[in-house]
Amino acid sequence: MTKEYKTIRDVSGPLIFVEKTEPVGYAELVNVTLDDGSVKRGQVLDTSKDMVVVQIFEGTGGLNRGSGVRFTGETIKLPVSQDMLGRILSGSGEPLDGGPRIVPEDRWDITGAAINPYSRNPPAEFIQTGISTIDGMNTLVRGQKLPIFSGSGLPHNEIALQIARQAKVLGAEEEFSVVFAAMGITNEEAQHFMHDFERTGALERAVVFMNLADDPAVERLITPRLALTAAEYLAYEHDMHVLVILTDITNYCEALRQMGAAREEVPGRRGYPGYMYTDLASNYERAGVIKGRKGSVTQFSILSMPGDDITHPIPDLSGYITEGQIVISRELHMKGIYPPVNVLPSLSRLMNSGIGPGRTREDHKAVSDQLYAAYAEGKDLRGLVAIVGKEALSERDRKFLEFADLFEDRFVRQGMEEDRSIEETLDLGWELLSSLPEAQLTRIDNKFIEKYHPAHRGKARGEAPPRESTGDAEAEATAE
Amino acid sequence: MEVKGEIYRVSGPVVTAIGINARMYDVVKVGDDGLMGEVIGIESEKTIIQVYEDTSSVKPGEPVIDTGMPLSVELGPGLLESIYDGIQRPLPVLVEKMGDFIQRGVSASGLDHDKKWAFKPLVNKGEKVSGGDILGSVQETENIEHRILVPPLVSGVIDEIDAGTFTVDDVIGQLSDGTELKLMHYWPVRLPRPVTEKLRPTIPLITGQRIFDGLFPLAKGGTAAIPGPFGSGKTVMQQQLAKWSDAEIVVYIGCGERGNEMADVLNEFPLLEDPKTGRPLMERTVLIANTSNMPVAAREASVYTGITIAEYYRDMGYDVSLMADSTSRWAEAMREISSRLEEMPGEEGYPAYLAAKLAEFYERAGRARALCGRDGSVTVIGAVSPPGGDFSEPVTQNTLRIVKVFWALDAKLAQRRHFPAINWLTSYSLYGRVFDEWYEKNISPEWTKLRGDAMNLLQVEAELQDIVQLVGSDALPEDQQLTLEVARMVREYFLQQNAYHEVDSYCPMKNQYKMLKAILTWGEKAVAALESGVPVADILSLESKDTLAKVRFEADLDAALDTVMKKADLEFAGLRGE
Ligand SMILES: Nc1ncnc2c1ncn2[C@@H]1O[C@H](COP(=O)(O)OP(=O)(O)O)[C@@H](O)[C@H]1O
Ligand SMILES: [Mg+2]
Repeated sequence: MTKEYKTIRDVSGPLIFVEKTEPVGYAELVNVTLDDGSVKRGQVLDTSKDMVVVQIFEGTGGLNRGSGVRFTGETIKLPVSQDMLGRILSGSGEPLDGGPRIVPEDRWDITGAAINPYSRNPPAEFIQTGISTIDGMNTLVRGQKLPIFSGSGLPHNEIALQIARQAKVLGAEEEFSVVFAAMGITNEEAQHFMHDFERTGALERAVVFMNLADDPAVERLITPRLALTAAEYLAYEHDMHVLVILTDITNYCEALRQMGAAREEVPGRRGYPGYMYTDLASNYERAGVIKGRKGSVTQFSILSMPGDDITHPIPDLSGYITEGQIVISRELHMKGIYPPVNVLPSLSRLMNSGIGPGRTREDHKAVSDQLYAAYAEGKDLRGLVAIVGKEALSERDRKFLEFADLFEDRFVRQGMEEDRSIEETLDLGWELLSSLPEAQLTRIDNKFIEKYHPAHRGKARGEAPPRESTGDAEAEATAE
Repeated sequence: MEVKGEIYRVSGPVVTAIGINARMYDVVKVGDDGLMGEVIGIESEKTIIQVYEDTSSVKPGEPVIDTGMPLSVELGPGLLESIYDGIQRPLPVLVEKMGDFIQRGVSASGLDHDKKWAFKPLVNKGEKVSGGDILGSVQETENIEHRILVPPLVSGVIDEIDAGTFTVDDVIGQLSDGTELKLMHYWPVRLPRPVTEKLRPTIPLITGQRIFDGLFPLAKGGTAAIPGPFGSGKTVMQQQLAKWSDAEIVVYIGCGERGNEMADVLNEFPLLEDPKTGRPLMERTVLIANTSNMPVAAREASVYTGITIAEYYRDMGYDVSLMADSTSRWAEAMREISSRLEEMPGEEGYPAYLAAKLAEFYERAGRARALCGRDGSVTVIGAVSPPGGDFSEPVTQNTLRIVKVFWALDAKLAQRRHFPAINWLTSYSLYGRVFDEWYEKNISPEWTKLRGDAMNLLQVEAELQDIVQLVGSDALPEDQQLTLEVARMVREYFLQQNAYHEVDSYCPMKNQYKMLKAILTWGEKAVAALESGVPVADILSLESKDTLAKVRFEADLDAALDTVMKKADLEFAGLRGE
């Protein structure tokens, strides 16, 4: 079945149209041999008795009517093996590190069949990342897909790396394995990741797929699928807990848009294909925990929001699929705060199942809710102060205004190597909340206030009550 | 008689066949693996098919078989407690047949054909029956009696009817014309099931959610939309409705959404109790899960599968509520298929028939006199996921033209963790006064007024807030400062409701009344105190006010309210005494 056709009729962007073939299967892998003997790979997008449409991953440069087209009779497969760990592969799975070819233990279809919802175990194991805004207020759990929504020039890479370094499940011994897929990022950025993986020894338990900015865009459409196939293999065949970092989802979506345009499809919002939701879901949903299997796939991807706009179709459709998002704020970054996580639009949808007694601490949910409410109120007041001045605020409101500053300065801000335990994070939360009048802590059950509020804790232990709040922080005239 | 044709073209989920002469919406088997598909278009000699399974590797030339049957569901005992994909294949059976990942080419029937049910007939030999009549019953779950119906289009005289234990395939009786009667029948999903007449919805669906029952109530048999950007609370609210609303049967459709959310429901529902019956919630629930990564054509079908099952229970005389999360994903499935068909796109690429399809779907809701003479209802609550949270997009707009209740989720509220993040200023319920009589009889003659007062207060607050934005709250006169504070109490102590708090999650309507009354009474006392010359700052620092904030977490609400209101009386007396 490896008949070679020299019947390319049209070439249009990344697509070729081949005629007079025997029946060809939908989504089949295609090899095209050029004059110079080099081979490009592609996939069948549309097949009929008259014409077969193929998208070429490595671009159509150098193709002509005489190029030889072979249909392989099978869908795209990734050779998988435990030996992938420690290896650096190209965006289409070829070794880039000068090492030997991977001797496959198996070959897995890269499309990845959907997990039957009935087979899923709801993720509930708390991952401590050591970052307060995440652990305390947007808790990550094993098997979750929680991307970072960032923007150009913001320190998302540092945050992703800090998480990759510090992530641990309390009480569990195994470390996370990492599958890292670069999609259209610059060589320099990629080096940044590689350097850190090498420095910390993470590379030994990592599989790296590299599609860089100057690699063909169409290849990006398969890179995340290769990465997720590798992750599933390690998780479900070798019982590993795998952390998948895909970066940058935005480059992936641009490739998707480019493909759609080449196929002259009716575009959806802002020119992105109408099926982008489904396409993204087919990647994002490849995270989870399966009943009766030991391993898990957790996705922590990076997405840069074009124009910092969270309503742009790429973050928007992603947010509709992922189990929350960590939103990076340019404003906090400009204030010199690292990690500049804006907790208000951030969310972890699986937080509730991962926290509480026996997992983190009984007061976790209440503290988090109260921090949210108080910070939101304080931030609103900043807007008001910019108009009416601080004097027009009531005593109560002034406390909230100060709280917002305190929160950013002490809770959000932390060091790049600072690994806070969940206890430290929650205690810090209480300390900050104690700067507000106790009666204002309406989100917290009295029993927790009695047990954890510094004022009461102090009393219970016969210690001196904690000092008053830090007093007048300079009013910053930063609206919004 | 099966006619065999062959595949001409494959483009994703859309396959074109030649050589068959199928009818629109007939089910066909596609390719060597016999993938299930449905005819969605006929263009001269070509038949256009949407395929419910992955079409990778399927080739032109492979066979296509017309089954001659429209896409149908199996209706009979055993639906409850099931979890299906979009075309009624039980997910546990799929796990058995193909493992943890969904493969293709596997068929599985909706009902368990081996299970035996004890059937008690209610009709006798010689009796005349017609479509929809009740033949007898089967105890489906502890609290739900499954009424076995004459298929809607069948009628005649009973020649034989037997008591006993039967599978759904066994013959339980016969009509004089020889028609066999069974515990189950088939019904095509795209065809609404007939009723005797549609009735006006006059009874509220009690949801246990204060902002719904209190401010924007929905009728049994009514329709509601709950649109909101991601993370604003569509799914949590849909699940709250599925858990706590006082429907007798719940059909929950996860349409193009997350796998983990369905796993969550599957884990939780068997453990939660129906507040009315004390039985596990799962016993009254049918789940349909066609998640975002499962085939889009089956996603398109999932809402029809769901509503047909809902209508079937309505036809037995039950109050059914159906949640579809999310109707936008269904609309997008239509868009994906339509664009593969190269149809002329309408607004934002959606097919021109989008509005019609939405209207037809919601039209299947309603309270009705069923063919059997009993009254039943189907309440439909659709989540809508507008791109960028912008409600001006086609799915939201076309939905709002049809539904009677609009629960507008607001990202701003969600961000400050004000849950449910329903905007009290933009949401509405067109059932407004319809329920007054019901409230008077069942809750309290005062309820309607309390509710009006609360709505009014929130409206006034919004106006005052505009001024505060310009001058700050301290510049307002004292009575307005007090108004703002009482409005804040209504928002924070009453409207906010934590779905994850074991007590707060569900608030019976009587308790809603008591809470709102307590808050507004406190407000009246405060106004009286202010008028008698007490400074507003003193009133606002009363402890009873802060205690009121937390009564919603108390298991014994009456006791908590009693304590707090006694304390309020003492405190206000104290203030006046100075
Ligand atoms: N009534 C509620 N009580 C408490 N938390 C809620 C409530 N509604 C929503 N939430 C929170 O908001 C998050 C997102 O809600 P969800 O329903 O998943 O949003 P959507 O379906 O609109 O994307 C939830 O994970 C939960 O943390
Ligand atoms: Mg949702």
